[in-house]
Amino acid sequence: MSTDKSKTNKTNIIEISKLNKWYGDFHALKNIDLEVKEGEIIVVCGPSGSGKSTLIRCVNFLEKFQEGTVVVSGTELTDDAQKIRKIRSEVAMVFQHFNLFPHLTIVDNLTLAPIWVHNETKQEAREKALKLLDRVGIRDQAEKYPNQLSGGQQQRVAIARSLCTSPKIMLFDEPTSALDPEMISEVLDVMVELAKEGITMICVTHEMGFAKKVANRIIFMDEGQIVEENDPDKFFNNAESNRLKMFLSQILTH
Amino acid sequence: MSVYDQQATRKPPISQIGAILWLRTNLFSSWINTVLTATSLYFLYLMIPPLLDWMFFNASFSFGTINFFGFDIKFSEEMATNSNCGRVGACWPYIYEKLYMYTYGFYPRTETWRPNIVFGLTALLFVIIPLVKNYKYKNRVILSLIVIYPIVSYVLISGGFGLLPVVETHLWGGLLLTLVIASVGIIVSFPIGVVLALGRQSELRVIKLFSTLFIEFVRAVPLITILFMASFVLPLFLEPGNNSVDKLLRALIGIALFQAAYFAEVVRGGLQAIPRGQYEAADAIGLSYFQKNALIVLPQALKISIPNIVGSSISLFKDTTLVLIIGLLDMLAMVGLTTADPYWLGRETEGYVFVTIVMWVMLYSMSRYSRKLELRFNTENTN
Ligand SMILES: Nc1ncnc2c1ncn2[C@@H]1O[C@H](COP(=O)(O)OP(=O)(O)OP(=O)(O)O)[C@@H](O)[C@H]1O
Ligand SMILES: [Mg+2]
Repeated sequence: MSTDKSKTNKTNIIEISKLNKWYGDFHALKNIDLEVKEGEIIVVCGPSGSGKSTLIRCVNFLEKFQEGTVVVSGTELTDDAQKIRKIRSEVAMVFQHFNLFPHLTIVDNLTLAPIWVHNETKQEAREKALKLLDRVGIRDQAEKYPNQLSGGQQQRVAIARSLCTSPKIMLFDEPTSALDPEMISEVLDVMVELAKEGITMICVTHEMGFAKKVANRIIFMDEGQIVEENDPDKFFNNAESNRLKMFLSQILTH
Repeated sequence: MSVYDQQATRKPPISQIGAILWLRTNLFSSWINTVLTATSLYFLYLMIPPLLDWMFFNASFSFGTINFFGFDIKFSEEMATNSNCGRVGACWPYIYEKLYMYTYGFYPRTETWRPNIVFGLTALLFVIIPLVKNYKYKNRVILSLIVIYPIVSYVLISGGFGLLPVVETHLWGGLLLTLVIASVGIIVSFPIGVVLALGRQSELRVIKLFSTLFIEFVRAVPLITILFMASFVLPLFLEPGNNSVDKLLRALIGIALFQAAYFAEVVRGGLQAIPRGQYEAADAIGLSYFQKNALIVLPQALKISIPNIVGSSISLFKDTTLVLIIGLLDMLAMVGLTTADPYWLGRETEGYVFVTIVMWVMLYSMSRYSRKLELRFNTENTN
């Protein structure tokens, strides 16, 4: 991976500048500036309530923000339903609690967006869905319902679902923190595979092994701010701020 | 280390099983319970025997001819009259004699086959729905039945369109009218209710305000008031100066709007049970507002709401009896009408008991049926 870590020649696919977000009076994001290059893998970490989820949810406009600009693959996010749909069809998201649709079978979960958003035929969508399920190793579960699967399997389905529309960018919000320990690695393996394929990823996670292995950059947030940002080597070995040092000492001794 | 003998299997002690246990735990568990049980038994003793005497032992059954959905069944040559019944027990021949009125009202006797087909179709609908459970396109089949059934029924009952002779609505009556009002009320109000429920959750202020006002207004007004308004106020808007807008249509509009408000609240309950994550996932994959609701939210919300939807429908079914107030001749109104017949004066009790039994049988089967349906379709385990 070390050769991948200096993609300076690529263009920015996400540009966030001076982003401010409030929940009522609560200042949840403070002056966030962040640029992500095509194919970059960014890991975001930080204590609970620091605004990690809020930040990545601004990228696909699941959260509205009050100040600043977010530009995703050339389109600036505004309150325009058409634009938002276009962005969302290029940016996929994987949630902590999977959020699969419980009333649809696994394969129907996957084909929903291709059929309804991308106007693919049922046949096309189904073939692609089965291939993706194969890739995440659960092809044989295609006709089951989400609740008949284990947590790890459900999260792999969720990843396959988000891949179904061939997104340019993948957002992960703590994809492994609702999983039992023995299931974490099966999901991380899938994510590592994805990372190798050159898809742009922003991943909120506390799996530091994963971060060391694939991240180009790691971002540490606290109290709605980006406190420190570095490549994995320096991030873990030469932390500058005290807050990061404390955070690392907590998380690494676990 | 210890070694244990194998133990023989025994039945539980007799005081812990069967009828005795049931009686002890349910009826005589404490002295209050025992007193209540004894009191209830005493009241049953006071009520049941006279009722049975009236309904069966002292009642007259076998005079005249019964016309059952177009078939004549002759009991005896003797004409059924009020006087050969006497006044000690029930006079069931009165019901045979008036069964046509109770079923069809003043619907022309030559055209009875039309409502009969509708009754048959209704029964068929209830039989088909559970059968398509494993069919791939079950949703489509059920949906199209729900659309086709009212259209076919309407054409049959009302006639016209150059196909069948027109039977005007003031001739419809009895069970037929009850079914028409209840099913139109339910089928028309349901989509309106769903839209109102979504409207009440809408981010668009105007829509939210309108939906909320409508729902809260209607729910705070008794159905009778709405029926009176539909009957007397609606014509002022529809055809000013002309009072000829169909009386039944006016009642139906009132009932549909009334029921829509109740369905809206029922569906809203279902919507609120859907976790935020479902909305977010639907948004995140790029579904539009309409797609999100039609494909993700409503299928789950409606399924959760089925028991309450059925409950609300049953309430409406019962409430349809109020239309007699504005002069529509539903099944209950037939009691008054048929006992005003000089040959059958004073047979109200038989009429009310009969209508009560018919209503109970229909509504109780409806609720059992929906319970069965729910279990049958509840195959996928949802969260
Ligand atoms: N819908 C909301 N309304 C009000 N406050 C909110 C809302 N969502 C988040 N917040 C607040 O914003 C802050 C940032 O929340 P966010 O979910 O982004 O944190 P996080 O870093 O993802 O934390 P965690 O690790 O617990 O997921 C928190 O203090 C939270 O309480
Ligand atoms: Mg979070």
